[in-house]
Amino acid sequence: MVEMVSRPYEAAFEKHAMAHDEVLCLSADLTSSCEIDKFRDNHPEKFLSLGMAEQNMMSFAGGLGLAGYRPFVHSFGVFLYRRPYDQLMASIAYPRRKVRLMGFLPGITTPGGMTHQAIEDISVMRSIPNMTILETGDATEVESICEAADSIDGPVYCRVLRGSVPRLFDTPIEVGEMRELETGDDILIVSSGITTEEAMRASAALKGAGVSVRHLHLNTIKPFDHKTMLDHIASVKGGVITLENHVVDGGIGSLMAETMADNGVGKRLVRLGLKDTYAHGGSRAYLMRYYGLDALALVQGIEDLMGQKFGITEDDLSAARVEAVHSLVKAEGL
Amino acid sequence: MEHALQNEKTTEDVALGIRRRVFEHSIRNNGGYMSQACSAAEQLAWLYNEELNLGAPTLPMIPKPFEGVPHKDNPDYHTGAGYNGPVAPDLDRLFIAPAHYALVAYATLIETGRMAPEGLEMFNKDGSSVEMIGAEHSPGMEVHNGTLGIGLSTAAGLAYGRKLRGETGNVWVYMSDGEVQEGQTWEAIAACAHHKIDNVKAIMDVNRQQCDGAMDSVMEVGDIGRKMEEFGAKVVWVDAHNIDEMREAVKTPHPGQPLIILANSSPFEGMPTLEERFPRLHYVRFKSEEERARFNTEIAASLGIDPIDYAH
Ligand SMILES: Cc1ncc(C[n+]2csc(CCOP(=O)(O)OP(=O)(O)O)c2C)c(N)n1
Ligand SMILES: [Mg+2]
Repeated sequence: MVEMVSRPYEAAFEKHAMAHDEVLCLSADLTSSCEIDKFRDNHPEKFLSLGMAEQNMMSFAGGLGLAGYRPFVHSFGVFLYRRPYDQLMASIAYPRRKVRLMGFLPGITTPGGMTHQAIEDISVMRSIPNMTILETGDATEVESICEAADSIDGPVYCRVLRGSVPRLFDTPIEVGEMRELETGDDILIVSSGITTEEAMRASAALKGAGVSVRHLHLNTIKPFDHKTMLDHIASVKGGVITLENHVVDGGIGSLMAETMADNGVGKRLVRLGLKDTYAHGGSRAYLMRYYGLDALALVQGIEDLMGQKFGITEDDLSAARVEAVHSLVKAEGL
Repeated sequence: MEHALQNEKTTEDVALGIRRRVFEHSIRNNGGYMSQACSAAEQLAWLYNEELNLGAPTLPMIPKPFEGVPHKDNPDYHTGAGYNGPVAPDLDRLFIAPAHYALVAYATLIETGRMAPEGLEMFNKDGSSVEMIGAEHSPGMEVHNGTLGIGLSTAAGLAYGRKLRGETGNVWVYMSDGEVQEGQTWEAIAACAHHKIDNVKAIMDVNRQQCDGAMDSVMEVGDIGRKMEEFGAKVVWVDAHNIDEMREAVKTPHPGQPLIILANSSPFEGMPTLEERFPRLHYVRFKSEEERARFNTEIAASLGIDPIDYAH
């Protein structure tokens, strides 16, 4: 059984913020939803409530950056780039302000439907010059995200998990280092965020079926270590498959495609994720199945990649975790 | 004026029915957007039961499951606007701008005979179109508004287009006060005033709360009525729980200006027990089974019904 950690961001942020005078906490009326409500109550001098007004918050954060502060801006990921995109560009990205954008509820981890689901954030952020992108995939990465983000000399966007988060790793994020979870030589699986847990479920079953899997987990999406990735691609006999909580355009699937094309790697690539579609509201487990982002979808993708059937069924995959809708670790409806 | 389905119940009864349904739903599901039923019940009841000029619903009383998002491969896509009746030049349109009020809006559809009670059982269920944050395919919705502050602008554009076409129907927007923190709300009012868009009518739930709690503690917004007047709207304040005041307010002439009715509401009206949680009422989740049981008994009594027999 994986250990489940309750609200790992809460304590990690407090610890980091209290250790650094230049760190400030900004919030846009989603304070408990971003697990900074205790911080607000305990450290009001470091907390700024900016209301439900994200455009202003972004340029304001840019101004704080100009004053030598390193603001951690909290909201749902979606509200950090869709409405305030222009402010993000002009006030934060261009001048390379040290603004830390903490985006909660990435992709389909929210039941809030299209308006709440950041499904193209990585694509958008990847195309912004000067931007760094980090993504958390377990509790240990959430616990180390503040330090990792704050080490960046410029702006950084982070996909942060909240609530009850599984612990999959025992070492903190090291910016730029991918995690080697399996080192087989048949095919290469690349995952990030919540899809890593799914890929771990799939790779256990695949190993049982005799497939030698190489599995990499990405917590640093930009900048990207193309050279190390090329070595991994070269060390498998077959192709590459990506699984992402994001549209397949512009995310880690595209990142792999670019890496392979740029270097003339003639191997097959299967990209799993949302395929040119918006999602809708529903539980995470339902949405992962419906849009093909789960372990079973990955197994099927690998069957396609290898041109072989393994006869792996849902029962062969270790049980998926189902999040309780009304779990007390979740402060709001969303 | 044709008022299909209206006036079978008094507006007071519709409002009470809305609170009862949202209460029952929240007790059964261990939480929900209950306080929005308290503040908004009379406003939505009045709109649907009296003020809106709508035709009979064109979509099935029991909502269909989710049928996909707009896409070239989904030619049969349609929104949930059919629960508000057909689109016609003389009929009104309504947007629920704060899409988290969906639970209250669905309860209103049921109370006014526009959706079957089974619809509420599908709320937030996987594969259902009756979504927690009203999507444009959800019953009674025509546009996506989960990203707050965009409703009034869309309404202004629709209203302008309808005016150009010589249509006589109004475009109504149900708004929340949190929306005034978004700059776009002010841009929308200015656009309405500048282009003399007076077929837009809005009613805003001024409950003075938002996710984090009291609006004054999150970001003060000051005298929003005066500010809106300065931006070019015709503004009328009403008591959100006094239907006569809404009936009067809507008669206010507003040539060349949008009308905004500011409804001064209580976020625990009709469910006084909720005051214990004030001002953190945005989403009520019971802290324990004991609290859930007590809220069940006390609020049921306030609403004049038996406690809900829920599964533990
Ligand atoms: C642009 C945007 N930012 C943030 C949110 C998250 N959010 C949902 S409801 C809400 C509070 C809005 O205030 P109000 O509608 O007045 O809340 P209520 O009275 O229902 O508590 C916020 C911040 C959102 N939906 N859209
Ligand atoms: Mg409010």
